[in-house]
Amino acid sequence: MTVKELVNELVEKHGTTHNSLMPVLQGVVQQERYLSEEAMLTIAEALDISAAEVYGTASFYTFLDTVPRGKNVIRVCKTISCHMQGKDEIIQALEDALKIKVGETTDNKRFTLLTANCLGWCHKGPVMLVNDEVYPELTPQKAVEIIQEYERNTK
Amino acid sequence: MSEYLVNLKINDLSVSVPEGTTILDAAKKLNFRIPTLCHHPDLTVAGNCRVCVVEQKGSRALVASCATPVSEGMEIFTNSRKVRDARKNVIELLLSEHNADCTKCFKNGNCELQDLASEYRVGDHVFIDLVKTSARHEIDISSPAIQKDDSKCIRCQRCVRTCHEIQHVSALAVVNKGEHQAISTFLNKPMNDVVCTNCGQCINRCPTGALAERSYLDQVWDMINDETKHVIVQTAPAVRVALAEPLGFDPGNRVTHKMVSALKHIGFDSVLDTDFTADLTIMEEGTELLTRLKKALVDGDKSVKLPMTTSCSPGWVKFIEHTYPSLLDNVSTCKSPQQMFGALAKTYYAQKKGLKAQDIVSVSIMPCTAKKYEADRPEMRDSGYKDVDYVLTTRELAMMIKQAGIDFESLPDMEYDRIMGDSTGAAVIFGATGGVMEAALRTAYEIVTGSEVPFKNLDILPVRGFEGVREASVTIDGCTPEWSFLEGVELKCAIAHGLENAYQLMKAVYEGKANYHFIEIMACPGGCLGGGGQPIPTNEEIRSKRAQAIYAEDSGLPLRKSHDNPEVQQLYKEFLGAPLGHKSHTLLHTHYKGRKRY
Repeated sequence: MTVKELVNELVEKHGTTHNSLMPVLQGVVQQERYLSEEAMLTIAEALDISAAEVYGTASFYTFLDTVPRGKNVIRVCKTISCHMQGKDEIIQALEDALKIKVGETTDNKRFTLLTANCLGWCHKGPVMLVNDEVYPELTPQKAVEIIQEYERNTK
Repeated sequence: MSEYLVNLKINDLSVSVPEGTTILDAAKKLNFRIPTLCHHPDLTVAGNCRVCVVEQKGSRALVASCATPVSEGMEIFTNSRKVRDARKNVIELLLSEHNADCTKCFKNGNCELQDLASEYRVGDHVFIDLVKTSARHEIDISSPAIQKDDSKCIRCQRCVRTCHEIQHVSALAVVNKGEHQAISTFLNKPMNDVVCTNCGQCINRCPTGALAERSYLDQVWDMINDETKHVIVQTAPAVRVALAEPLGFDPGNRVTHKMVSALKHIGFDSVLDTDFTADLTIMEEGTELLTRLKKALVDGDKSVKLPMTTSCSPGWVKFIEHTYPSLLDNVSTCKSPQQMFGALAKTYYAQKKGLKAQDIVSVSIMPCTAKKYEADRPEMRDSGYKDVDYVLTTRELAMMIKQAGIDFESLPDMEYDRIMGDSTGAAVIFGATGGVMEAALRTAYEIVTGSEVPFKNLDILPVRGFEGVREASVTIDGCTPEWSFLEGVELKCAIAHGLENAYQLMKAVYEGKANYHFIEIMACPGGCLGGGGQPIPTNEEIRSKRAQAIYAEDSGLPLRKSHDNPEVQQLYKEFLGAPLGHKSHTLLHTHYKGRKRY
């Protein structure tokens, strides 16, 4: 499915009012992992709003990326509780395993490694999010195993 | 607004105002001034700058007076110690993110933030100076009309609301959040690469110098000082009714002949009038309309598009190029008066004066920033050179007059030079919404019937006023044989000003729901008199005073119909031939370019 088809399908489902903007943006990100220029322009046209407004809304939300991301997006919580429970070691282990730095995407476009503000799992930190899945009480080894599992399941 | 009155006290004085009134407006009624920054009378309420906070008895937190409606028994203090301390803090915080290089700034002396900083004696940074540590600030000078300097932006979002609410463009939006929040374009693209129409309404409402026109003052001074150049200047209709404002006069003063005087003092070799080509525009555009009507109604030519819309407003032209490229054939092919003037300056004028086109520098004074963009369009070189070399706004001219050390008030009245300095009242009213329509009707009706438009004193009142979209119709009565097909035809006209109104009108045309013959559109509220290059502030009251001045100028002139302009008649006789003739086609008409909105 092209981005245009995806947007049209989402607009069909959610409608063309201003309120539809968020679910349409979320729907695109869920499929594509990010909002391309073409996606945002198509959404703007479908909802009859300006492209700048679409970008303004998208850029407000951390989870609505406007730069290309890998098939799987890893977000390690960087806030104070997770920090004190060892998030730096988790990040280090993931960086080593994936051979990328925070903010980067692997060459095979399978993983993007990011940090996130508080994910609300302070009692079970350190925690990371892979796409929509939460992984609490991580150790460096556990984190790497989880990623390897994704690696195996990603075609 | 509600009939129901609410009683409250402000600074211990009682006042009754209609329900729904804000504290800010209630205070105004008692002549208490509450400072504001994000508030603008043309725009919806934002309440984000917090400069207008006031104390409400019984409430711990201060309230934003621009965003809080009055309630019964309310007691408000607009200037208590608590209020003043909070306000000072707000101003200090705003300044901590503001690049206060005031001496270099074009808004110096006319900046709302500077005024407040001065009033509250805010000097050195109390908070951290965030401007110096921020690397994100680069001035965007991609557009030939507008420059955007984020280091001066306080994110009040007046520009965003202007672009959205008044202009239906939304080239600017709020992007990112928190400390990264900025006013930006789609994907932070340069201003020249997005849907911006260069109308400059954002500049007119920016409380700081974050948005400004690209200034060409230095270049114009250089040309004036260059002995080898013959520098001519044209002045747009709306400039003469607004120029006085930044020079210390009240709005609504007409200073046409003092302006001519000042331009001569400054050193222009010839001071001429855009009104001359406004009259010429009417000859061309009026003929174009009649020709289209004939082709459509008599010849049944399906390729002829009606309604025909005006084309003098470059903001409007770029807007329709982006918004309804499929309707571009409805736009008159006439160049704007500025560009007709430019094309003639380096051909007809040069010939008459025995000058070489390459030695002529053609400058225009416009109430408009989009004119800077228009002059830069590649289509605008039909003389073989850049037809208009430099465009200055009304504000820049006021600055130039100050730089020249001229005491404007004591200047004697002077007349425009010849040739291309003659004009009629029909040209003057080009500066107001409805004016082009009125001027066109005065001429077209007479071409068709041989008699004057059936309105008292030639004043076509139904097309005047500030309502966003206006309709008028004229029934054609007593046609000459050549135009007999128009006998009894009701010529249907519509007028819109401000691009949101234009959008609504053109949407109806696009959807086939409108059956007009002729539409006038001006991109700015009130028409050119409220243009993006006009003095700041501009608001409804000021626009109305400028409009009164324009109509007074018209009714005071001996000639009030474009076809009566003797220099225009001479131009056709000696140079152009007939309206829509071959030479007109080459020099005075243009084509448009479909652009992407998405």
